[in-house]
Amino acid sequence: MAIPSSDPLIQLDRVSRSFPQDNRPDIVVVDECCLKIYPGEFVALIGKTGSGKSTLLRMIAGLIQPTEGTVLYQGQPVDKPVPGLSMVFQDFALLPWLSVLGNVELGLEALPYSRSERREKALRAIDMVGMDGFESAYPKELSGGMCQRVGLARALAVDPTILLMDEPFSALDTLTSENLRADLMDLWKTQQTNLSAILMVTHNIEEAALMADRILVFSADPGKIKIELQTQLQHPRSENDPQFKTLVDQVYDCITQAAQDYKPPGSRYKVIDLNYRLPKVSISELSGLLEALNAPEYARKADLSIFAEELHLDVDDLFQLIEVLEILRFMYLEEGDIVLTPIGRAFADADILSRKTIFAQQLLAHVPLVRHILRILEERHNQSATEARFLIELQDTLTEETSKEVLTIAIDWGRYAELFAYNVNTGLLSLEDPE
Amino acid sequence: MPNINWFSRKDLTTAPIPNTWDALALFIVLGGILALGWTAQQMLGPFSLYHHTAVITLSPSALPEYALRSTLRMFIALCFSLLFTFTIGAWAAKSRRAERLIIPMVDLLQSIPVLGFLSLTVTGFIALFPGKLLGPECAAIFAIFTSQAWNMMLGFYQSLKTLPLNLSEAVRTMHLNAWQRFWRFEVPFAMPGLIWNTMLSLSAGWFFVVASEAISISNHSIRLPGIGSYIALAVEKADQHAIALAIATMFTVIFLYDQLIMRPLTYWAHQFSAQDQPSKRPWVVLIFSRTRLLKRLSNLMALFKDLKRKIHSTQRTKTTPIKRTNTSFKRIIQTMLGLMILGYSIWGLAQVDLSLFNTVNQDDVVQTIWLGLATTLRISICIVIATLLWVPIGVWIGLRPRYAAFLQPIIQFLAAFPANLLFPVVVMLIVKHHLNVNIWTSPLIILGTQWYILFNVIAGTQTLQKSMHYVANLFQLPNITWWRRLILPGIFPHLMTGIISAAGGAWNASIIAEYVEWGPHQLVATGLGGYIAVQYRDGDFAHLALGIIIMCLFVLIINRTIWAPLYHWAQKRCQ
Repeated sequence: MAIPSSDPLIQLDRVSRSFPQDNRPDIVVVDECCLKIYPGEFVALIGKTGSGKSTLLRMIAGLIQPTEGTVLYQGQPVDKPVPGLSMVFQDFALLPWLSVLGNVELGLEALPYSRSERREKALRAIDMVGMDGFESAYPKELSGGMCQRVGLARALAVDPTILLMDEPFSALDTLTSENLRADLMDLWKTQQTNLSAILMVTHNIEEAALMADRILVFSADPGKIKIELQTQLQHPRSENDPQFKTLVDQVYDCITQAAQDYKPPGSRYKVIDLNYRLPKVSISELSGLLEALNAPEYARKADLSIFAEELHLDVDDLFQLIEVLEILRFMYLEEGDIVLTPIGRAFADADILSRKTIFAQQLLAHVPLVRHILRILEERHNQSATEARFLIELQDTLTEETSKEVLTIAIDWGRYAELFAYNVNTGLLSLEDPE
Repeated sequence: MPNINWFSRKDLTTAPIPNTWDALALFIVLGGILALGWTAQQMLGPFSLYHHTAVITLSPSALPEYALRSTLRMFIALCFSLLFTFTIGAWAAKSRRAERLIIPMVDLLQSIPVLGFLSLTVTGFIALFPGKLLGPECAAIFAIFTSQAWNMMLGFYQSLKTLPLNLSEAVRTMHLNAWQRFWRFEVPFAMPGLIWNTMLSLSAGWFFVVASEAISISNHSIRLPGIGSYIALAVEKADQHAIALAIATMFTVIFLYDQLIMRPLTYWAHQFSAQDQPSKRPWVVLIFSRTRLLKRLSNLMALFKDLKRKIHSTQRTKTTPIKRTNTSFKRIIQTMLGLMILGYSIWGLAQVDLSLFNTVNQDDVVQTIWLGLATTLRISICIVIATLLWVPIGVWIGLRPRYAAFLQPIIQFLAAFPANLLFPVVVMLIVKHHLNVNIWTSPLIILGTQWYILFNVIAGTQTLQKSMHYVANLFQLPNITWWRRLILPGIFPHLMTGIISAAGGAWNASIIAEYVEWGPHQLVATGLGGYIAVQYRDGDFAHLALGIIIMCLFVLIINRTIWAPLYHWAQKRCQ
């Protein structure tokens, strides 16, 4: 495997990105990131959804400008998309009105090639990803996996030095993504292209462990590269290889470690404040996980990576669930294991109605936003308030979009706990039951 | 395009809260138009219009030529509309500053009745080309343009504003230049919407082609060779035979237009959408896809493009530094242009105000407002009746896919057929049987636009999911519950779109529907449309302007206070 030598291809020097707000302090999404990518490296950037890793990738691609710091590509600052950097998108981003060939050729149009040269290069790229025979097909005729192959061909056709990939397999089903992953690794290892480095954003731990030479763990609020993990494992890697399993465990540990920061010293649980960005987790998922953990085969304690694999949860879902369950004190993390608390067990054992009582009690005790909403409603003489009122409060520290998300989650939980009622048409929260 | 019904006008694009930009737009638009009309009238002096009239004959052999000329007028206007769409629409989407003025302006412009435009501007165009038929010709084309352009431009602008982020990011990583980006990405993305809007505009356009060819000012009639003039002459001569012939000709024209243009375009539009909607290939498309000629032609084009690219790529390095300095220069030009338009409007309004104050008094204003209310009442009643009539029929058709597939093109066809060709038939009956003018001219207002209601109801019924009908069946819902809980809420957003389109068209139609002629008879119904038509006939510019301003305000107020909130509510609640 390539040993970091020579000059870095990409160099990020204390790069930050914040989004300005009207009359309010800016929201920092990426905070003083430093990163170097050397020739020959396959780097994976892993982290939760909304942690800013995609923003970081877009800054490297030149699609977004950093508010502070510089992004250098081969020593030159990147202030707009530059030749040599190519990107693959999560949702493929193919133009629906162009055929496969047209889509791949489009990337070549800005380059000074003649029509026949363009055609030749496009065909070669289509060949390379195994899509020959589909040149005249339109994206709407193709399955997701095939679309992503075209996306890959489009990115490779311009003969890039660096390939950026934004969760390239997350929109595909397991089998398809495995298949495409193997083909990509093949392309990369056999050096059919002039690709010198790959940077992939993902939230799938196994994926990162299977492909990358270096794994960067990204943590949110504000987005930062927390931990770096180097691996020398030979390709092709096997999921059953004990060494590989150790690697996966390591990544899990790193991510948990990155998440531990929120806990006050000495406490097992996470404590949050009013405008904490509540993860988007539904009640049924929470209940499902608690029930699974309470089942005889785990007996209230499970190894994180094994548990995740058996429940088919990717890191995103899993850590969001764990985060919420920790906030509500239904369970806690301990050295790579998840452990059910007595309250959590009581919840898992309870019937539908008693669950609501337990949930309400935990919600009021540990989620300040829900407590706040309830207090305001009780103070009002008509016992109701508009959602806009709370949105404005949240927007002090969150973006408009995130505020809406967070409030929606809080309302959702509060409704389940039967703490308050909500009318979507009027946007009114109230203590009364709906008519 | 599931759940999006394009068979509608996009009247309600901007936020319903008027702001200072609205006021500025109002000022500029009204000022500009009035100034144009007024100055032109001053330049023209007393009307001398006899030599503006081409000789129109009622001989059937002239009809093909007339039909061709009418069609040509339509397509010339379409070219201008497309040009306007691609330039102004793109400008509004790309520049925030331009957007803030252009969008309220266009929003306002589309509430001015098309025939009002015609009557205000025709003198201007005549003055521009004194003694030639080109003046009225331009006026007619301009009127058709105003019936098409706003709708198309707003649709295009909206598409550009909603370019999906993922696609635009992908395109940005490809380093295309602005020109390539526009034609390879932005225009194709906007294409389905643009095609549908164009088709709507074209369909609505036939009405105005017919109406704008034969116009009379100050008791002089100007006639351009075309079907509209033919029918106007037939009306003047009370020639029933000629009217039947004209209707038959128009029928053929619309049929050809439908087969040769509408259907291929509909098919073509699917190409640009992300979802596949398999539809049968129209025969015209089949023929074209089998010709080799087109393919050769496109190869030739590509060769030419290659050549251009080579030249371009060698020049590119030189031209980049110049572009940078352009932005500040552009800003200065923009500001200057804006100031000029503003200045001209102020000047125009100042000029016009003087002449208006002389002849228009308060009573006139009160009278026109009353007339406006009368027209509003007439339109409302017509809409209610049309809704009561077409909703059950539309639902019935919509529930039967086979009938719907067969009837939809026919309804499209009927919507494109200019209803004003049928006016003489109705008027004939009114005159013959001495019917009440105020009541019996009313149906004319809705004659052409009622199809929007039917079409939308059918489309709305079809979007209801099959499983919903299963549920209704399963629970054996009683008839009333079925209507109240399933059908009406289900089709409501579509019904609203249809009603809004119909009402918008009705205001336009009122100008020619409330004032109709048959031979020596002139029938005027009480209403603002009739008032405008009479002022127009008498060449009373001040009162004409008053009537049009009042109508424009009526449309604007009704749109903002009734239709826009209702439409948004329907979108939110029922979809």
